[in-house]
Amino acid sequence: MSEQIDERLRSELQRQGVWVTSMEELYNWGRKNSIWPLQFGLACCAIEMIATAASRYDIARFGGEIFRPSPRQADLMIVAGTVTKKMAPQIVRLYNQMPDPKYVISMGACAISGGPFKQGYNVLKGIDRYIPVDVYIPGCPPRPEALLHAFMELQRKIDSQKLTGDARAVHLQPTQPSEFPVPAFGAHDLEPAANPGVFQPPRIERQS
Amino acid sequence: MTPNPYLFIIIFVGVAIAFPLMPLALAWLWRRFFQPPKPGLQKNAIYECGVESIGDAQIQFRSQYYLYAIIFLIFDVEAIFLVPFAVAFIGLPVGAFIAVLVFLLLLIEGLIWAWSKGCLSWAR
Repeated sequence: MSEQIDERLRSELQRQGVWVTSMEELYNWGRKNSIWPLQFGLACCAIEMIATAASRYDIARFGGEIFRPSPRQADLMIVAGTVTKKMAPQIVRLYNQMPDPKYVISMGACAISGGPFKQGYNVLKGIDRYIPVDVYIPGCPPRPEALLHAFMELQRKIDSQKLTGDARAVHLQPTQPSEFPVPAFGAHDLEPAANPGVFQPPRIERQS
Repeated sequence: MTPNPYLFIIIFVGVAIAFPLMPLALAWLWRRFFQPPKPGLQKNAIYECGVESIGDAQIQFRSQYYLYAIIFLIFDVEAIFLVPFAVAFIGLPVGAFIAVLVFLLLLIEGLIWAWSKGCLSWAR
């Protein structure tokens, strides 16, 4: 437990060449530096994701180099691009098929809210209606640096996750769901239009 | 005393078996004690790029597809052999030329056979 060791004592020990750590920190350090994303692009943001993976931006520096073509081996789903209502059930099913612990980066305006196509009839207004999203990246499309920043934010989140106790990470809590219901094609829209356990519509506060 | 010379082989065999088994055993132990146990219907389902799998994987193909294989062979093999033949055409002796002609004749024979069976017509 990092709370139990005095930070000053720790830095003092570090200066003397003694590295003190805990199992939790070691475990999270390993996890955050070996995030394998799911190889999976939807629209133009995927091009930026490819650029991030290629040599110029090189996401491999952060441990994310191995884009897995199968959800069985992936930790991170980068929802890169416009999510159409036709594609949404497949994305939720892919997310369900990923093993725990799993994380989601919602990349670009479309994946966050539908973006420029929000008023359209066939675009999902944000993937967070069906699956929990850890990091959002605004932009249309976001530059590779933005994706790298989101990746580092996710690493920070993983690093701060607890493995024991009541406040432990979601994937370690037995009562928290690992799968989310896959929406079905309805007569006019996806049914249900959102998963109320994951998504609450934003409340509009009017100032009078 | 010198050890039995075959002892090394036994040691090597032991190491060769233990080397792949050890990571598998470690992975099993990790899964047994540390994995968050959250199986589910969809997580355990067949991976089919996100769509639900339909039907069985053990399906049968019609044996009539051998015709397509033969026609592919005729055109593909012909192209592979014709290109070097055409490149070296000037310097070829008469014997080699006749040999290639015989080979072509064999393939054309197959093509005529497939044609007469009606394999080349699109709609049947």
